[in-house]
Amino acid sequence: MRSERMLNIALPKGRLGERVYGIFESAGLGVPSVNDGGRRLTFEDADVGVRYFWVKPSDVAIYVERGAADLGVAGKDILLEYRPDVYELLDLGIGKCRMASAGKADFNSYYDSGEFPLRVATKFPNIARDFFASRGRSIDIIKLHGSIELAPLLGLSDIIVDIVETGETLRENGLIVIEDIVEISARLIANKASHKFDFERIEGVVGSVAKIKEKK
Amino acid sequence: MNESITDVMNAEERLVFALRALFWRYGYRPYRMSKFEEYDLYAKNKDFLISEDVIVFTDKGGRLMALKPDVTLSIVNSVRVKKGEVERLCYNENVYRVPKGGVSFSEIMQTGLECIGDIDAYCVGEVLCLAAASLDLISQRFVLDVSHIGLLSAAVASLSLPKDAARKVCGYVSAKNVHEIMSVCRENGVSEEKANALSELTSLYGTPSDVMPKVKRIAELFFAEAEYAELSAALSVLETSPFRDRVRVDFSIVGDAGYYNGVVFKGFVDGVPEAVLSGGRYDGLLKKMKRDGGAAGFAVYLDTLAPIFRGKESFPGNGAVTESAESVTGKKPVYAKGCDIYEV
Repeated sequence: MRSERMLNIALPKGRLGERVYGIFESAGLGVPSVNDGGRRLTFEDADVGVRYFWVKPSDVAIYVERGAADLGVAGKDILLEYRPDVYELLDLGIGKCRMASAGKADFNSYYDSGEFPLRVATKFPNIARDFFASRGRSIDIIKLHGSIELAPLLGLSDIIVDIVETGETLRENGLIVIEDIVEISARLIANKASHKFDFERIEGVVGSVAKIKEKK
Repeated sequence: MNESITDVMNAEERLVFALRALFWRYGYRPYRMSKFEEYDLYAKNKDFLISEDVIVFTDKGGRLMALKPDVTLSIVNSVRVKKGEVERLCYNENVYRVPKGGVSFSEIMQTGLECIGDIDAYCVGEVLCLAAASLDLISQRFVLDVSHIGLLSAAVASLSLPKDAARKVCGYVSAKNVHEIMSVCRENGVSEEKANALSELTSLYGTPSDVMPKVKRIAELFFAEAEYAELSAALSVLETSPFRDRVRVDFSIVGDAGYYNGVVFKGFVDGVPEAVLSGGRYDGLLKKMKRDGGAAGFAVYLDTLAPIFRGKESFPGNGAVTESAESVTGKKPVYAKGCDIYEV
């Protein structure tokens, strides 16, 4: 229904965002000025009809849900934690990692005992709450914003729930993975209203990106 | 003093006025509710609320009262319809709830209508037509997305998934998340044919004439022919409407409140990033309240219209020209007068 408008795409700042941009570029949606460097956060090309924004990874879903961006790429961890009302159109299969619970290597059977609430330090309280609720385990959430691995070492929590890539950070801090919770990867998301008014164009982008993903 | 009433109204007031005039012409009489309800009504029907948070206070007599978080529940609770009759009501009320993703209560102005009693597919079609006409009053660039909760429920039920997995799949349908649907189906041994059919149903988006033949084929696979027929009958009423080319079939529309059980729909206008209108058929709520018959209705969420209100005295739609909605159903409208409904 819409046609002339620029398609706004929010990308996560950092290494993952650069890889995602590479996929869009391969799909014929490149904007040469992206490579100019500097501190600019928006790049557009009127001929291609696309404008990219670099935003903090955890903010991508908000930009898309609120319609500031028509499309965006966000980690599944962010989508599960903040539950934005958006369409999740494609698993890009990159930025793969997992959400897991972890604790001290000498952690005992207390994890499953149910005798006391488990103290869980995490940046992802909703994911942790849902996971333990699904198995009827009562927990006490301790919301932290960083250096989560410190919490069990200093006795602040019994375990942590956090993203694990290689497991190296956990090992260096004497922690082990207790249980995997969910697989994480980057997802292509769309604002629901934009998807309706720009259906052909958005589905065209999704199709092109899916083809590049298959090739890789 | 040459100003008319509409001259001194702001854009929101003008829209409310135009909507009420539209509803009135189709026999919907205004219904005014008390600001407060006994909290018990909401405590017993929490499943039917969009947000479980309710502002509660103790009244003078010691009764626990609540500020309305929802209009439909209050109307169904208050209105008694005689067997074989249909009551058509419209309202313009404030509700008090925490918006999705919000951190505190908001006062939200809602305008809408309810058609309650011995309703049939035509009544649902009429409600759909009036939803489309309401959107047209807001903006001429709108779409009305229509779905059927019963058809989707039948499809998910036929996968024989564990309860938790079935709940997740419903969420994936509303997010058009085909890759997770396929993944859950694989993990639970669902046949490829059924998994593909549900994925196709999730991805479908188009006008009824383009999409309904595919929906029919999928409905047959999931033994949901009755639900398909219901959706088809409601959509057929729109075929004679001037808004027929604005209607899309989209099974990602699942309804905000838990009381919808048949045809559901949401309206979107260009420039607003979320649905501005939501509604559907909710016979289940009447059944729970031990009432006979069925019901359908919708609400326009005026608070969502801020992006198109800003700096404008009128709407880009036909807000000031209510005549445009004169033939929304392709049939002669009925007018409401006082408490009576009569033909002109």
